[in-house]
Amino acid sequence: MKLFSRFKPQGGVHPDGRKDLSADRPIRILPMPEQLFVCLQQHVGAPASPVVQVGDRVLKGQLIAAGQGNISAPVHAPTSGRVVAVGDYPAPHPSGLPMPTITLVPDGEDCWAELDVPADPYELAPEAIAERVAAAGIVGLGGAAFPSAVKLNISRKTGVQTLIINGGECEPYLTCDDRIMRERAAEIVSGIRLIQRAVGCREALVGIEDNKPEAIAAMREAAKGSAVQVIAVPAMYPMGWDKQMTRALIGKEVPAGGRSSDIGVLVHNVATAYAVHEAVVLGRPLIARLVTVSGAAVKIPCNLEVPLGAPAQALFDYCGGYAEVPARMVMGGPMMGHEMPNPNIPVVKGTSGVLALTHKEIGQPVPSPCIRCSTCVRACPVGLLPLEMAAQIRVGDLAASVDIGLKDCIACGSCSYVCPAHIPLVHYFNYAKGELAAKERAKLKQEGTRKLAEARTERMERIAREREEAARQRAARKAAQEAAKKAAAEAAAAAQQESTPA
Amino acid sequence: MLIAVASLTTLGLLLGLFLGVAARRLAVEGNPLVEEIQAILPGSQCGQCGFPGCAGAAEALASGSAPVTLCPPGGRDVVAALAAKLGVEVDMSGVKDSGPTVAEVREELCIGCTRCFKVCPTDAILGAAKHIHNVFREACTACGKCVDACPTEAILLRPVPVTLQSWYWEKPEERLAA
Repeated sequence: MKLFSRFKPQGGVHPDGRKDLSADRPIRILPMPEQLFVCLQQHVGAPASPVVQVGDRVLKGQLIAAGQGNISAPVHAPTSGRVVAVGDYPAPHPSGLPMPTITLVPDGEDCWAELDVPADPYELAPEAIAERVAAAGIVGLGGAAFPSAVKLNISRKTGVQTLIINGGECEPYLTCDDRIMRERAAEIVSGIRLIQRAVGCREALVGIEDNKPEAIAAMREAAKGSAVQVIAVPAMYPMGWDKQMTRALIGKEVPAGGRSSDIGVLVHNVATAYAVHEAVVLGRPLIARLVTVSGAAVKIPCNLEVPLGAPAQALFDYCGGYAEVPARMVMGGPMMGHEMPNPNIPVVKGTSGVLALTHKEIGQPVPSPCIRCSTCVRACPVGLLPLEMAAQIRVGDLAASVDIGLKDCIACGSCSYVCPAHIPLVHYFNYAKGELAAKERAKLKQEGTRKLAEARTERMERIAREREEAARQRAARKAAQEAAKKAAAEAAAAAQQESTPA
Repeated sequence: MLIAVASLTTLGLLLGLFLGVAARRLAVEGNPLVEEIQAILPGSQCGQCGFPGCAGAAEALASGSAPVTLCPPGGRDVVAALAAKLGVEVDMSGVKDSGPTVAEVREELCIGCTRCFKVCPTDAILGAAKHIHNVFREACTACGKCVDACPTEAILLRPVPVTLQSWYWEKPEERLAA
């Protein structure tokens, strides 16, 4: 049995973890807020489309928005109550732009809808497990929020040898995965068994960073007697990146631009495995998740089980409010999370933490010129050249930055973190990726409008041609008629002449 | 002597025949540059450049009789692409580019005269006589023909609204420590 991983991770940094703020706080359940703002796009892919109307009474776990298309996820009511609005609300997104959202006023009864509980969940067909995962609206809870059922179906078709369960949780401050592994290890192992059955793979590895000894012990205890192996991996950032975890556990590297399934690996987060257990064994859709509330500006940092759609402010209030005025509010971890434009932004499926940080914690140093020290090159877990890419983007040569791997950048922030000149490297990469996507969209639009213009030109020419043709025919008919009339007149005249005796 | 003359004559005839056949079989129709330039241009045939459609503009560009800055709806991107294709230096400071725009009908001013959608090169305007017209944003190239055609100034070119799908980070400011 492997206890420690033998493979060395690439790149990475070692930021101050600050996990001690909340790691020893047991999971508590957030009291139901006054209003829930349930976003319709809490996942990668097409937004869900609402199936309830304003004024409808819904039960806990009832479907309120159905998934659309191949890559999407349905959304369920986090509690029983009344729908008071179906409209736009500021999204959990750095722009703070509005997103379609269902606003729900809880009735306080927390009354479950009828749940479909299978007799023996571990005997379900693999397809049936994936179907239940899809119907429960489960997405990757590590933060990527990719619909889990899509991953299960792809993996079942392509064949997967190894299931990797990601318990890395490398982002500083966050401790919700640590707590779920300590307190709900048996359920996670049950979820892992179900995922194994759904994709038909025998090997299951749980990778946990070695800075969480309690979680490792709890998971080893729960995994006893099953095929699940728990392996400690070195603590570093970004160990929780799925490809880094794969490299650390089995020593294989996913090709650039490829997926984990290309090397026979499927990666899921521990919280996702827990959600799969809840969905398949208990029939409960994904309507709540664990969220770490932390940061030096929070009075009592803790780990909360939060109904989806709860505004971040409700979480801070429950944690005793602010110890001091926060300098920045962040949703997600400090490395890859994003600033909240206001504290009323709702929690979504991908929210692993909400942080209220002080001035001392964020620090906003002024950038100075690059000294080409290449610290960022050593820190990059993908093996890119952040300094070169940023320099090319700065002068507007986006194509050159793509040539040296911009598309492979995972925006983990390691380079920005270590840069002694404080250059906002990841900001450059995010800007460039957005600009390239916008160019791509513009190109698609241009192709579409070009086709429209061609169709119109063709139509105009056809109409003109038909008109000409019609005019010609009319003229011909008229000429024929006139000729006939003339002939008739001549004939009549001739007849008259004949009948009149000379 | 006779052998040399005969062999050279045969060689000349054969090679001449080969060249003649090759000229027919491998003939290049038209100027490929014109087609490549046409692929860069927006293709909406709006005529704002003063040429009869994008094909005319592409021919003028290929022959060098028109500046690469001729296409107003294309903006800076098209100017840069044309300059790269034709290998010319261009002063971008004179190129107006207010970012992508689309036409918008002000409903309170629209009288339903149907003049705008008769001139729209991409059929992006929907409407009928004495009914308020509207613009399909996805099909509009912001060529501005409808703006000129509207008798009540009810059509404006507005910046494309930013949505969650189209938003992205701005370029970082270059704010260096002294």
